[in-house]
Amino acid sequence: MKETLKAFPFLKGVVVPVIVLAFWQTLSMSGLIQPTILPAPTAVVVRWIDYLLPFEAYDPASSSWLAWALSGELLHDAWASLFRVIIGFAIGAGLALPLGLWMGASQRAHELFNPLIQFLRPIPPIAYIPLAMLWFGLGNPPALFLISIGAFFPVLINTIAGVRNVDGIYIRAAKNLGADQFTLFRRVVLPAATPYILTGMRVGMGTAFICVIVAEMIAVNSGVGYRILEAREYSWSDKVIAGMITIGFLGLMIDLFMDRLNRRLLRWHRGLEN
Amino acid sequence: METALSRHPDSRFETSPEPEIEIHNVSKTFGAGPGLVTALENIDFNIAHGEFVCLLGPSGCGKSTLLNAIAGFSLPTGGVITVKGEEISRPGPERGMVFQEYALFPWMSVAKNIAFGLEIKGVARRERQRIVEELLAKLGLSDFRDRFPKDLSGGMRQRVAIARILALDPPIMLMDEPFGALDALTRRTLQDELLRIWEEFGKTIVFVTHSIEEAIYLGSRVVVLTYRPGTIKQDIAVDLPRPRDTSDPAFNDLKRELGALVMEEQQRFSEAERSGTFD
Repeated sequence: MKETLKAFPFLKGVVVPVIVLAFWQTLSMSGLIQPTILPAPTAVVVRWIDYLLPFEAYDPASSSWLAWALSGELLHDAWASLFRVIIGFAIGAGLALPLGLWMGASQRAHELFNPLIQFLRPIPPIAYIPLAMLWFGLGNPPALFLISIGAFFPVLINTIAGVRNVDGIYIRAAKNLGADQFTLFRRVVLPAATPYILTGMRVGMGTAFICVIVAEMIAVNSGVGYRILEAREYSWSDKVIAGMITIGFLGLMIDLFMDRLNRRLLRWHRGLEN
Repeated sequence: METALSRHPDSRFETSPEPEIEIHNVSKTFGAGPGLVTALENIDFNIAHGEFVCLLGPSGCGKSTLLNAIAGFSLPTGGVITVKGEEISRPGPERGMVFQEYALFPWMSVAKNIAFGLEIKGVARRERQRIVEELLAKLGLSDFRDRFPKDLSGGMRQRVAIARILALDPPIMLMDEPFGALDALTRRTLQDELLRIWEEFGKTIVFVTHSIEEAIYLGSRVVVLTYRPGTIKQDIAVDLPRPRDTSDPAFNDLKRELGALVMEEQQRFSEAERSGTFD
């Protein structure tokens, strides 16, 4: 046994999930629990594949092969959700970044706006749902509003922290070399704050993703969040779980992308002790 | 006590009749009321062009405060500091500063760090590259031009820091315990390199240290400061031949003499620590 583990080290990571799946499968097959409460893993997989594949057979007359291959419901939903996350994040971060830079750099701006920020910050984005629907109705607008709120606060807070936490010694060194305020900000403060800003974006992206799923359950009729709600209404619990797995995948991909971005931009920062 | 206007046997340059740095009756206080701290008081001396002045003393004697005042980071609360007759009001590249913590910009490579001041000044790219290459060679950094500070040893980082200010060819170099964080061997190597640079470029150097040996090894003149409030305890020319020989009895006599002075101030610091009044 030990030799097998040594030869294939990834086995250690696989053991627990396999055991859990096996347990789950056995439980479902035993008939102790209703399939609508807990569908078997096999049923989930079947449903997921069905979710992924196109509805009708390939018809070369109506569209190209690529368009057909990508016409599955899952892909449409995933794209709808992704689209909302990206736009919503862009709005939220697009507002938070300049405001955060300003509040971080200007003591006066900070004193003016911070009380309001601190008051609004603890309100979970989800609590804005009724307001969002009141103001924007249904469909994409309230969803985007919600997602942008989700992204806004983490980006703002971390950007402010980044600017304020720039080590004074870099400022001194730059001033000593003749830098004026503008150069100081552009070439010292901004790069020095980038690790914090990127962290804020990563967290903000995570929150935005949560918000998109919630928003889709309430205000829109497309996207993965909507799909699992629909599945619940039809008691398709296998599809519910398949949808959840899809959501997990999407979230993972987004996070991996952010991580890659971080690594590229912060090559100088990894392993740096302060 | 020799003044800066007399010619030290040590200086290799023409000392002009006007001093380069004049420190007129400078004092510096922090805080107010009962929390008032007098870091410097009655600091009055001049530095001629080409001198290597070491500011020596224990922690809390205000030597870094004085250096920061000359640099323009933290202006005096009383008195005035002038460089070539002009009063100092802000930091500037003609008084290049090397910090103990290197202060290299971590997001820039070695070459970019050195080029930074030149970019600010608006020097054309080809000229910038030429100067950077020259400095890289001069400080033994040619193989490191594209490395980032995080990949460099302390000694290397300090070399980059020195190259960075030399790029702007400042007449004055201010150094705040630059070799304090380095091991003894690297320290000695860098001290010798610094002396080489001093002689080759003819810079005026104001060097802060708490190491008596370093002060005598490097300086053409040593100014010993008292513990708070920081005043001038002793201002002495170092007449020993160069290169300095640490085993020379004259070297060690001077080391003992200065050692006793610094020890007195160190005692006052320890007492303040004990009674909880130090900061």
